[in-house]
Amino acid sequence: MATFAVIEFPGSNCDHDAYYAVKHVLGQRAEFVWHKDTDLRGADVVVLPGGFSYGDYLRTGAIAKFSPVMSQVRAFADAGGPVIGICNGFQVLLEAGLLEGALLRNRRLKFLCRHVHVRVEQVDTPFTGEAMGGQILKLPIAHGEGNYYAAPETVSTLEANHQVVFRYCAAAGERSDTANPNGSINAIAGVCNRRRNVVGLMPHPERACESALGSEDGRVILESAVAAVLSAGVA
Amino acid sequence: MKTRVFVTLKPSVFDPQGRTIVQALGSMGYAAVRDVRQGKYFELDVDTDSEEAARMLATEVADRLLANPVIESYRVEVEE
Repeated sequence: MATFAVIEFPGSNCDHDAYYAVKHVLGQRAEFVWHKDTDLRGADVVVLPGGFSYGDYLRTGAIAKFSPVMSQVRAFADAGGPVIGICNGFQVLLEAGLLEGALLRNRRLKFLCRHVHVRVEQVDTPFTGEAMGGQILKLPIAHGEGNYYAAPETVSTLEANHQVVFRYCAAAGERSDTANPNGSINAIAGVCNRRRNVVGLMPHPERACESALGSEDGRVILESAVAAVLSAGVA
Repeated sequence: MKTRVFVTLKPSVFDPQGRTIVQALGSMGYAAVRDVRQGKYFELDVDTDSEEAARMLATEVADRLLANPVIESYRVEVEE
C-alpha cells in the first residue's frame, strides 16, 4: 500500500477531494499534513492540492511557498520522491521553484469551471506511468489563473527535455486554439521537473475518479503514482 | 523609512487585465489611452535611518516575495 501525504494550507479546498480519491477510491493510505507540520508522515507520494492558499494574496502560491512544510516537501523532492501539485498546488510548486514557469490570469479573465481534454505527452513520470502515450483524458478545471507562461528559451528547454507532461487538446486529441481554455503557451496543462519526479498540472485528476462525477480519467494519474511506489519497493 | 516598491509585469508578458482596462477606456471615449499595464504598489515602513539599508532590504524583499522574477520586474524608491 502506498501512503499519500495531502498538504493542507490555509485556504486549500481540494484537500478532502484528494484524500477521498486516494483512500476511498484507490484504497491507499492518505494522511493530511498541516502546512506548519514538518513531518510528512511516512509519505511515499506528496500531493499539493487545489484551492486558494492564503486567499491567493499577493500572487497564487506566493505565500504558501514559505510554509514550514515546504522545506520538507523540497527535501522529499530532492531525494527523488514523487510530488504532484494540482491547480493551486501547481502554482505553489512554480512559486517555490520546484517547477519552471508561472501561471498568469486566464487570457479572457474568466474563472473557468468545466471539463476539458488533455493529452498525456510523457509516460515516464511517476504520475503517468500507467497511461498510454497520447492518451486523452477528460478532466475538470476550476481556475482563474491557469495561463501557463515561461520565457521562450525556458519553453524551448522544457519541450526539448520532454518536460511537458499534459497538453490541452480537443476531444479527439488535436490541438487547437479553442481547445486551449486559458491561453497557456504551447497549450501546456502540466509540466515536470528535469528529474521527472515532480509534476504539476492545472486540471483536477482527483475530481475525476468516479463515473458519477462525469469522468474516471483522473484515476490513471493517481494509480500511476501507486504503481510507481510499489515498483520502487518503498511501500 | 518609507520605501516604495513598484511591481509590473515584464513587457514580454501579456497583461489581460491591462487590455480589458484599455478597452473599457476606449468605450468611455478615452481613445488617446493607447495601452495600460496593471501593476502592484507596496509601501514598506522600514525600521532604519539609512537610505541605503532601506533600499537593500526592500530589494531583497522584492526579490524573495513581492515580485515573481519569471513574469515580473520591480523598482524600489526610498523617501528622502
